[in-house]
Amino acid sequence: MIHTENLTKKFGDRTAVEALELDVREGEVFGFLGPNGAGKTTTVRMLTTLIGPTSGTATVNGFRVGQADTDIRRCTGILTETPGMYDRLSAEKNLTIFARLYEVEDVKGQVEKYLRFLGLWDRRADLVGNFSKGMKQKLAICRALLHEPAVVFLDEPTSGLDPEAARLVRDFIEEIKAHGRTIFLCTHNLDEADRLCDRIGVMKQRLITVDTPMNLRQKLYGRKVVFHLREADDALLARVRALPFIKEAQRVDNKLVFGLDDPEAHNPALVRLLVEAGADIQFVGELRHSLEDVYLSLVGSTD
Amino acid sequence: MPKIWTIIDKEWAEVFKNRLVLFTVIFMPILFTALPLIMVAIGSSQADMGDATDLPASYLEMCGDLTGSACFTLMMVNQFLLLFMMMPLIIPVTIAAYSIVGEKTTRCLEPLLATPITTAELLIGKSLAALIPGVLATWLSFGVFAVVAYMLVQSPELLRRILDPMWITAIGLVGPLLALAGINVTLMVSSRVSDPRTAEQVSALLILPLLGIFFAQIIGVIAVNVQLMQLAAVVMVAIDAGLVYLGVRAFQREVTEWANQRMGESANEQIGE
Repeated sequence: MIHTENLTKKFGDRTAVEALELDVREGEVFGFLGPNGAGKTTTVRMLTTLIGPTSGTATVNGFRVGQADTDIRRCTGILTETPGMYDRLSAEKNLTIFARLYEVEDVKGQVEKYLRFLGLWDRRADLVGNFSKGMKQKLAICRALLHEPAVVFLDEPTSGLDPEAARLVRDFIEEIKAHGRTIFLCTHNLDEADRLCDRIGVMKQRLITVDTPMNLRQKLYGRKVVFHLREADDALLARVRALPFIKEAQRVDNKLVFGLDDPEAHNPALVRLLVEAGADIQFVGELRHSLEDVYLSLVGSTD
Repeated sequence: MPKIWTIIDKEWAEVFKNRLVLFTVIFMPILFTALPLIMVAIGSSQADMGDATDLPASYLEMCGDLTGSACFTLMMVNQFLLLFMMMPLIIPVTIAAYSIVGEKTTRCLEPLLATPITTAELLIGKSLAALIPGVLATWLSFGVFAVVAYMLVQSPELLRRILDPMWITAIGLVGPLLALAGINVTLMVSSRVSDPRTAEQVSALLILPLLGIFFAQIIGVIAVNVQLMQLAAVVMVAIDAGLVYLGVRAFQREVTEWANQRMGESANEQIGE
């Protein structure tokens, strides 16, 4: 759905995006992470034809950036960093204008659909200048989707929203994903990226890595399983450590933590051994590193 | 074409809620209509001024067999009718100045440019949105002026001179053409600056040639006539065509180029990261 080759953007001497090689699949939520100044917004602007690349190529939905910009604009929706709504106009008027510009056939119907969906229908006649930041953000999301685009670019969609509104937006993103849309999500909210994204790209001028959140964790930290026992000692740990598939083993009080390549395959044997050794197992779970750990490790490794 | 109308609709809905713009659109026509009418009223209340030989030679030629007071009235009206040519320039420039800069400062331009609108459609929409109110206000004011002037003077001959082809050409054609030039310059300037007042001030320089004609006429250096107006119309058509072409070419869709104009922001903020 989105493909870039050697995509580069320079502003004077400063390289904002360097040799970006990216493939975003149809229907996936692709998280684009990176620190401030990493080139995320610049990438989005290039892919939505708001700015031209300095070198390299990009295609969106089969249309090449720089050659079929109008076609790209027709099939993409964008939520910019700031909502950028017309404050002196009503919510309905704002959306009506953009629906017409996006060549929507049923302007009234689409405007009503999205205003209702994000709970703004009752405020449709109010001036946007009187809206809260969260309401403006929701309205801007409506605007990005009015023309039912195949690809949606969301730049910090839950930034500045209260928890309730942020959850509503996240649910909304999942729903539009269910409709088969490709979503390119720039966010600093790593928990949000973890929950929503099929794959994640970490960027810092150049792309550091792309993978699923699970694989990124596994690559960096491996997979770990934690056993909560009624009582644990070092002798028990030594017996388990002797198993050939145990990569790493440690005891923290009455908890045993094991590093495994394939917990689904090895956990049954591990449980059997512990039971045979007389251990009382209270809980078993996978020890997950947060995406924040992964992100900080990846970004930090480039400094 | 539908997108152009959408832009016009948006501009009018947005711009006419700006008090300064609204004030300019309403106040300017009232002022510029009242001034020549006061001149007419003063002229018509004067006793006969004899053969009016004190008037500049160019006017004596223009007056023909008008009485002295009618000739004086005509001279004064001629001078102030130039204001009707400035009106369609001043009003649209005010609107256009807020048009692009306003969208830049409120960050509305980026979502707008992400739609499938072409640069030409966007600029034509903005130009027409600025031009139409100014031209309509001017024509309406001129109509009001002509009716009230006739009621004051009751001289068909003087009215005929006021409504002669020169002024019809000037106000009906040259004024709107000047306005179009002003708008295009304003749009070009406003896409490069971050403050509407800067765009307005730079574009206001366009009024200087008109003011030059105004004062040259007052001191009798030139008498504006129909040939001069026709020549002005031809020149303005050429200038407008060039400015429209330049305007579309010079308009930067690259929002970062505009962002770079923003004052007091760090390099990172300039590229939106």
